[in-house]
Amino acid sequence: MTKQAVVLKGGHVVDPAQGLDGKFDVRIEGGRIVAVGSDLPIASASTVSIPASLVVCPGFIDMHVHFREPGQEHKETIASGVAAAVAGGFVAAACMPNTDPVNDHVGVTEEILRRASEAGLAKVYPIGAASLGSLGERMTEIRALRAAGCVGVSDDGHPIASAHMMRRTLEYVSMFDMPIINHCEEPSLKGDGVAHEGYRATALGLRGIPGECESIMVERDVSLSELTGGAVHVAHISARQSLRAVRIGKDRDVKVTCEVTPHHFILTDEDLQYDPNRFKMNPPLRAIADRDAMLAGLADGTIEAIATDHAPHHADEKATEFAEAPFGIIGLETAVSLSLDRLLHRGIVPLSRLVELLSSNPARILRVPGGRLAPGDAADITILAPDTEVEVAADQFHSKSRNTPFDGWRLRGAVAATIVDGRVVYTNDAVAGVEKLTWPSA
Amino acid sequence: MSAPSEARDLIQAVPDEAAVRLRSKHLLSVEDLSPKEILLVLDTAEAMKEIGTRHIKKVPTLRGKTVVNLFLEPSTRTRTSFEIAEKRLSADTLNLAGGTSSLLKGETLTDMARNLEAMAPDMIVVRHGSSGACHLLVDVCNAGVINAGDGMHEHPTQALLDAFTIREHKTQFEDLKVAIVGDLLHSRVLRSNILLLKALGAEVCVCGPRTLIPVGIERFGVHATTSMNEALTDADVVMLLRVQIERMHGHFFPSLREYFTVFGMTAERMQRAKPDAIIMHPGPINRGVELSSEVADGPFSVILEQVANGVAIRMAVLYLLTGVETDEEMS
Repeated sequence: MTKQAVVLKGGHVVDPAQGLDGKFDVRIEGGRIVAVGSDLPIASASTVSIPASLVVCPGFIDMHVHFREPGQEHKETIASGVAAAVAGGFVAAACMPNTDPVNDHVGVTEEILRRASEAGLAKVYPIGAASLGSLGERMTEIRALRAAGCVGVSDDGHPIASAHMMRRTLEYVSMFDMPIINHCEEPSLKGDGVAHEGYRATALGLRGIPGECESIMVERDVSLSELTGGAVHVAHISARQSLRAVRIGKDRDVKVTCEVTPHHFILTDEDLQYDPNRFKMNPPLRAIADRDAMLAGLADGTIEAIATDHAPHHADEKATEFAEAPFGIIGLETAVSLSLDRLLHRGIVPLSRLVELLSSNPARILRVPGGRLAPGDAADITILAPDTEVEVAADQFHSKSRNTPFDGWRLRGAVAATIVDGRVVYTNDAVAGVEKLTWPSA
Repeated sequence: MSAPSEARDLIQAVPDEAAVRLRSKHLLSVEDLSPKEILLVLDTAEAMKEIGTRHIKKVPTLRGKTVVNLFLEPSTRTRTSFEIAEKRLSADTLNLAGGTSSLLKGETLTDMARNLEAMAPDMIVVRHGSSGACHLLVDVCNAGVINAGDGMHEHPTQALLDAFTIREHKTQFEDLKVAIVGDLLHSRVLRSNILLLKALGAEVCVCGPRTLIPVGIERFGVHATTSMNEALTDADVVMLLRVQIERMHGHFFPSLREYFTVFGMTAERMQRAKPDAIIMHPGPINRGVELSSEVADGPFSVILEQVANGVAIRMAVLYLLTGVETDEEMS
């Protein structure tokens, strides 16, 4: 928390929630935003001048990560996870419950929050399990999880496969104003599939997973949301058919939202190789038509959030036969550069929309604070250097894991700094001007 | 096509070391071979086949070379074929099987490969139930790796021996119509054969139950059909693929009886093919499923010739991949 007031002067502020897009000053005091405006008085405050090339945004929120603690600390811990988050420009991350034990009791939730508090970098929002052990059989004590700090429920890694279970859980969570985040995948159609069903999977002799495996459950969930009035958020949408189902639901004012990962709006199954460290994830990399549909969904607003599905795995676990390796790639430290390069600079979305996708929309979907820079809000800020070129270097990651397909990629767009509760928790030495981002803090 | 004598001269004289080597020291996929290299393998195999007809079926070509046969999935034909090929070339061979390997003690395939590599073998022949397993070995081994079948991916030496057998019966690959019938989805033999036959200019038609036609197969440049009549009409070569019950995780067809009724190869169906058509099968055959005994044992069948040719092809591949010294003699 900053004891002394600080005024960030001269940066390009983009805050779509308040309709701000221009040169503004931001005054921070006591860890909170106290004013945003032109030529704010600098009396009794330290002044930090921000180069005009940098963009000051409400802090980014990754609504889908796996921090692996408790139980799989060799892949990631909450401490290494939040270090990766702030290095990637995220002030907060919502962590999925498929830890060991599963986050299906308040004791696990409290432990996660305690570890996050000790780490003290990014904010951590636990997602509680929808069913005990995420087995899809008995509902968790959702009110208690909510009271302990969970912001949503999910059995991520597994779908809520039973339509009955999904219906009742939707009805139940609607009492607490929180979403169900569903990993949509019809188990009987997935079978032993490990790659998108298509030419590349056929050529490599890998068992396929068709896009319909995802979309039939998205269609089901849209129907059940309409039936119950409960909010459904579709995790890591990947198939064009799923997006069509979400679009139809939105047209009927169903409470359905969805997120997409950078790898699903950039890569396709044409990239697939026998390298599970880079190319094995669930949902799998899909066809070019699916990837293009994701870009269209980002452009037209059907997709409301970009999330990483950051899924760390140890190199040893990935160094095995493709079919045997665990699913998942990491994304916290590449997502923002990938989004700037592939979405902003290629004209898919303007900067203000990108901020919505990474900040205000995830905050709204999860009903958590943040997503804007209004007086009284926590001073959670992401500063971007949209024109700084970076080369992804996985061996420099703060994450414990290295399972990414983007190592070595050159991208236009970088995170310059990350500020949480008024405290600078990350600065990127590669960006000119960030060295000034220091002020007395306590 | 080259005459057999040319190939023999090539091997005996070995005028230019590069000429009898392949670009890659591994054979993981048919895609590792250019059409020229495929023909070099076939030509070399003709000379190798001659060795098998001699009174003393052994040449010193791979003397002092160590070949590990790592068969982590059941195999009779391919394992025996490689082993005979290695022995005829005087290599030191050892056989490791799934049931006796340390994989049962929790060792990973990668660690097992590192341990084998530490003993400096020249070549590792791998059969594995998982697609892409050989690619893992290449990453950690200096030894050459030959894919003897990996999951549903490829089985390149099978495709080479099939092409060799076809060449013994047909004058050219261009405009040859090859019908491949059976369990297309789970077949590594299919994938290697399509790549190889297309590289040599043949026309390939694949046929099987709709449930067993792999998605995207047309992008290989083949025609896919569920009609046996269409597939067999004017076919020069009919290649049957085994129905791989052990790989079928799900529902594909109701019964073997119904499969045979619709897709089983019978003497009657054979009449749709060209009069001089040949019947092939990579084995093991299931009589009364993929084909009737009448066809399996009939005059069109070259199934046992395929097995015999397998030894010659594997001798050729081992020889060409090990890049033997120029002063070694074949006789």
